[in-house]
Amino acid sequence: MAVQDLEKIFQQKIEQEIKIEPKDWMPEAYRKANIRQISQHAHSEIVGMLPEGNWISRAPTLKRKQILLAKVQDEAGHGLYLYSATETLGITREETINDLHSGKAKYSSIFNYPTLTWADIGAIGWLVDGAAIVNQVMLTRTSYGPYARAMVRICKEESFHQRQGFEILLTLSKGSKEQKEMCQDAINRWWWPSLMMFGPHDKDSPHSEQSMKWKIKRKSNDELRQSFVDMIAEQVKVLGMRLPDDHLKWNEERKHYDFGEIDWKEFWNVVKGNGPCNKQRLDARRKAWEEGKWVREAAAAYAEKRKARQKAA
Amino acid sequence: MNSLIAYTLHLADNALILSQRNSEWCGHGPVLEQDIAITNISLDLIGQARNFYQYAESLINHSDGTAANPASEDSLAYLRTEREFKNLLLVELPNGDWAQTVLRQFFFSQYQYLLFQQLQFSKDEQIAAIAAKSIKEVSYHLRWSSEWVIRLGDGTRESHDRMEKAMNELWAYTGEMFEPAGYEKEMPVESEEIKKEWDEKVRQVLEEATLTLPPASEKGSVFMHTGGKNGIHTEYMGHLLAELQYMQRAYPGCEW
Repeated sequence: MAVQDLEKIFQQKIEQEIKIEPKDWMPEAYRKANIRQISQHAHSEIVGMLPEGNWISRAPTLKRKQILLAKVQDEAGHGLYLYSATETLGITREETINDLHSGKAKYSSIFNYPTLTWADIGAIGWLVDGAAIVNQVMLTRTSYGPYARAMVRICKEESFHQRQGFEILLTLSKGSKEQKEMCQDAINRWWWPSLMMFGPHDKDSPHSEQSMKWKIKRKSNDELRQSFVDMIAEQVKVLGMRLPDDHLKWNEERKHYDFGEIDWKEFWNVVKGNGPCNKQRLDARRKAWEEGKWVREAAAAYAEKRKARQKAA
Repeated sequence: MNSLIAYTLHLADNALILSQRNSEWCGHGPVLEQDIAITNISLDLIGQARNFYQYAESLINHSDGTAANPASEDSLAYLRTEREFKNLLLVELPNGDWAQTVLRQFFFSQYQYLLFQQLQFSKDEQIAAIAAKSIKEVSYHLRWSSEWVIRLGDGTRESHDRMEKAMNELWAYTGEMFEPAGYEKEMPVESEEIKKEWDEKVRQVLEEATLTLPPASEKGSVFMHTGGKNGIHTEYMGHLLAELQYMQRAYPGCEW
């Protein structure tokens, strides 16, 4: 079949909401766009283990420690499904991971901010997972089948995480003066970076238009950001805390909250590698990978030996 | 403190401290699947620790109903000092490399498995119930860790050398498991029997892993470190607790 015809069939599937599956013909650019996005998402899960992992050893109660450990472990699980989804596009996990380590592939910039107090664990759950869910709910309807299915599973666990994060902050908000301050301080530090998670304004987002056409993305960055602001602006009232934005105000005409402008200079700075923890995060991942090399080699060598012995027997 | 409380705390402390150590791998494992596996073990152990602490809490509060500050699982984990912790030295040692971590897990899980097999028939219903419930988890820890010991011992030259080194680091901390502390003597546990079976099982796995077998224990020629069960710990323990207990020490009396 001629390429033009294949492209036509592909585009028809997209329009009819038929999922694209690994063995289907797809334009090379579609494949690349999915590899880029899904692997970036996988890396975000794995790098995202680090800021929260920073508090596992110091969680304030046994119950909180158990919940946090389980949460960070869930993220490893998400990384695993997403690396598998990337593999269906013809790139190995090892290649994908090498791209992270070489700096070629990106991960969500939010994880380049430090977790300075216990309240940050609550703020990450509430705000960062909250923002991730808004994005991921959209992605359960993305056009590439394996990605959409991974998202369904991930979304369920993420909403659980978000509730747990909110609950941490709720407990702090009812606690001592120091706990309340800790809670507000964490919200102050995590609010703007969470808004940045949705990416640049639509007009400045280089990959957005094509991704929307292929239904990899189904809502624009600005639309998603608005629904997040609307959700959080209501939830923060329950905490009796405030979001650090003087322009935040309900707009009756738009039926949405208005909010202030993001500091885009900071956004691009962190994307370019100058965030507070960019270097530590990548160093930690590279270190784990390099120090694990002998373990992976030993496992492979042992598996080979076993196979040879079974053959001989 | 009566023996049952001390013994329950000993079981809880073993589980908590090893969970704390294993959790250090979370996010830093050699490969994603194993990061998940070691975290799973850490989660099982903290679950066991909580069960034992909750039981100790009820025993303590029952024996001293008038205390101004009743015990809780968190006060037991977060507000005792290193001299009050009764865990084995083995579980508090730093993780070292993956070889050392899996070998320690194997030594401990093999011991815990045999111990819980006996404890599930204990006359103390709570201890029996927790042991019975935990055995399923421990069987998995044992299978996972013995497979890793074999894989690394019989893997590459480097992994073999690292396992030999781990053996040298850890072997001298295994004897403490079989030296009953005062509070253990009243428990219906056959330490000698556990030791015999532990030795046999461990030797089988080490042999399959092509590792050098430690000298036969009956010769008594190998020195074994002890003390943890009676609160005499390594220098590592204070640092571990400083981190674990940081929040409760910095902000006393808060809800979290």
